[in-house]
Formats: sequence, structure tokens, C-alpha cells
Amino acid sequence: MKPFDILFRYAVAFLALLLLWQIGAWILGPYLLPAPLETLDAWVQSLKEPVMRGHIQSSAFRVISAMALALIVAFPLGILLGYRRRIDRYVSPMVFLTYPLPKIVLLPVFLTLFGLGDLSKILIIALTTGYQILVVTRDGIRQLDARYLDAFRTLGGTPAQLVRHVLVPAALPSAMTALKVSSGTAVAVLFMAESFATQSGLGFLIMDAWGRGDQLEMFCGILSMSLLGLAVYELCHIAERTLCRWKRLENRR
Amino acid sequence: MNDVSAAARVETLGKRFGRHMVLSNISFSLPAGSSLSIIGPSGCGKSTLLSIIAGLTDASDGGVSLPSSWKTAFILQDYGLFPWKTVRDNLELPLQLRGTGRRERFAAVTDMLRELGLEGLEQRFPVQLSGGQRQRVAIGRALISRPDLLLMDEPFAALDAITREHLQNLLLDVWKRRRMSFMLVTHNVAEAVFLGRYVMVMGGKPATKKLWLDNPCFGDASCRNSDAYFSLIRKVHDALEDGEVRPVPEARS
Repeated sequence: MKPFDILFRYAVAFLALLLLWQIGAWILGPYLLPAPLETLDAWVQSLKEPVMRGHIQSSAFRVISAMALALIVAFPLGILLGYRRRIDRYVSPMVFLTYPLPKIVLLPVFLTLFGLGDLSKILIIALTTGYQILVVTRDGIRQLDARYLDAFRTLGGTPAQLVRHVLVPAALPSAMTALKVSSGTAVAVLFMAESFATQSGLGFLIMDAWGRGDQLEMFCGILSMSLLGLAVYELCHIAERTLCRWKRLENRR
Repeated sequence: MNDVSAAARVETLGKRFGRHMVLSNISFSLPAGSSLSIIGPSGCGKSTLLSIIAGLTDASDGGVSLPSSWKTAFILQDYGLFPWKTVRDNLELPLQLRGTGRRERFAAVTDMLRELGLEGLEQRFPVQLSGGQRQRVAIGRALISRPDLLLMDEPFAALDAITREHLQNLLLDVWKRRRMSFMLVTHNVAEAVFLGRYVMVMGGKPATKKLWLDNPCFGDASCRNSDAYFSLIRKVHDALEDGEVRPVPEARS
């Protein structure tokens, strides 16, 4: 698809959303749903203030460092479990028993253990996204065609070289997809984690404005959070396209 | 390699998978710098034999002895190129695994690209290549570490007739320059006679050496129309047929 086509489609989708929003605003009235143009205007104005920028910065820092942490821990662990069946046999049941547990319910525990600062928030987001990356990476390695392992054996290399030249590149596409898909969950968890016991972040801003009955500010917060989610998703998408170019060529066939 | 007495020796080799005997009592010796075609009905264990010679599979009885200084390279049936590496990266991998410096690797790969007619394709991924080009890359990757013995498992089976002939000629050209020993497993009688200084026909259950031919026509394109060539082909053919019409020993009542 040409870049112009993509841009055009996004523009159409954006206008359609604005239209739906406007219709909703007419029906519900300005107290429940402020009109889109008014909100956009207020949002642009709010960006000029250090308060809003500060909230965006805290939230962006938390979600991005959490996802980076998740990738750094879960990706190697997923490769290890996928490749070493003996370790997998003992660790996997543990992973799969805890996988369905909604990690967000551990938030109070994390707040108690790691304090009210950034650490507890980053850890709870990392835990949520990390699980998805771990499970998908492990499966990716398990499904790796054995002929690539044979091919590597014919060339003769050390286990470290196997990891670098075969396992990491083979598992990367599925891990990047998992990261991309989990970015939505990451932002949702971020909102929950920021909605109490803190004074910074978009989650705080939204809940605080809601408490004060300031609909316009609340919607500015919601808009910022949506755009943050979109930015994180696009960031993952670009990373995926750059790191796994071969996979895209393969799918295009 | 210039030692006249150097040879790849296979002695009373046998292979069992569980209680199932696949190969039995195979012995031969291939002098350095010559070639062997291994031909036999499909599923008779030819690939297993090659894999044992390559050191990827253990023999159950007997064994293989190669001169200690020999390096071997193996081209798998489906080429075993890594889809996440470009042509250049695939070609340089064996050198990289051995710790060869970057500059030397670059020069070696550039030479190899020229030798195999792959110039201009170095930045492509395997998925962007034709079957013949992919096979050239696989040959290049095997040759780049300058092996003394090249093992090939049905290297040209997936190619169309014309590409197949081109690559057979290419292999012979390379051989004339480098004089490495090579063994190839094939289904194709004409290919076996064209590329094998020696031809071994395998058959029986468990499979063993049925016929060993000294082939004067090896590598001689002009020989392709001579009587000697056709009589060799007939001999190989008869030996193969003989296996198929062999009476079934345990007849059911």
C-alpha cells in the first residue's frame, strides 16, 4: 500500500470518529460529552502548559520502560523454555497456572512491596506484558522448523552462536507481535495503576478531573492517553518492521 | 589433501533405529579429490548414511574415518538457508562462526558471489530468490569454509531440468578448480553417472552396497552421448530395478 493511501484511510477514519463523537455530544449534551472541536481546542491549549506535558511524560516513561523491561526479561526466558525442554517441563506448569490470573489484582501487593512511586507501576505493567511475550516466544521457538537447527549443526557453532544466529532471529517476529498486541493492555494497566495513590500521570489526571466534574479536562486526559497508546503501538510496529524485514517479505509472497 | 593415500573410509557401517535395521555392512573408500554418487530407492537410508558421514548421526555398527585434517561441509536437501539472513549474511556465517575477521569475510564472500554468479543478489533474503539461486547460495555457503569433503543430499532434486543441468556443470567447474572430494545422494541415474567418479547403488532391506562402479565418464560432457555412458546408465538402472522386483521373502498364506 502506498503511504498516501494509508494516510488517506487514516484521515477518513479520523473524520468518521469525530462525526460519531459530535453526534454523541449532541445527544448527551456538553456535561456528559463535550463536543469534539471544543475538546481538541482545549487539548491543544493544555499541551502548552507544563502540567499536562508533565503528566504525559510520567505516563510515557512508565509504560515504555515497563515494556522494555518485559521484553528484556521475557524474551530470553521464552527462548530458554522453548529450546530447553527439560527446563520447560518444570517451569511451564508454573507459567500456565499463573497466566490466566489478571495481574492487575496484584496492584495493592505491588504498592505495598515496592512503594507508591514509579517502580510498582512499572513492575505491574511489565508483569502483564511480560507474560504474553514469554508465552508467545516460547511457542515460537517450539514451532521452529527443525531443519534450521540441523542446518546450523552442519555449520558447527557454539550454543551461544546458535542463540545469536538462529534462536533470537527466529523468535523475534512472534515476540515483536506479542509486544505490539500487548501494548493496549499495557496502557490499560497503566491507567489502573495511575488512578490512585499518585499525583502524576494521565490516569491521575483523568480521575482527578472526573472527581472535580471537569469534563473538558477529563476528555483532554482521555485523548492524551489514547494518543499515548497509539504512539506505543506504532513504536512497536516500526521496531517490528525494522527488525523483521525478512518476515514481511515472506508474508508478501 | 594432496596426500595420495588420504581417503574417506566407511567400514562395515550399520545403523539401527530402535529394533529396525536401516543400514547394514556398508564399506567403501573414497580417495581424496574424487567424487561419489549414492543412488538407491527412496527411503532406503541414503540420507542417513550421509548424515553419519557428516557426523550428525551416530552409526550403530562400524564407522567412518576421515583424515584428521579434513573439514566437511553438508548441503541439506532443502538447502537450510536461514530466512532471516541476507545472501551475504548466509554466505559469511560459516566464517563468522569460526571467528574470521570482518574484512576477510567480506572479501571471501565477494569472491564467492562472483564465482557462483550471484553478484547483485547479496542484499536479498532467501525468499526473494529463485530455487536455482537459493541452491547456489547453499553451495556457496558450503564451499566458503574450503571443505575437503562436500556432502550433498539430493542437492538438485527440486529444480527444473535446465537449472539442474546448469548447477551440475557449476558443481563440476568448482570441483575442477578446488579438487575437493564430494559425495552426493541422488534419485536420478543420469545425474549419478555424470557427477560421480564412483557410483554406489544401494538397496535391500536393510540397505547395503549393491553395486560399486568405477566411472570413466565422470565430469566429461562429451561423454554424455557415448556408448560407455549409456551402458553405465543401464547398469545402474538394472541394479536399481533388481531391488524392486526382488521376491518378497515372507509370503503370507
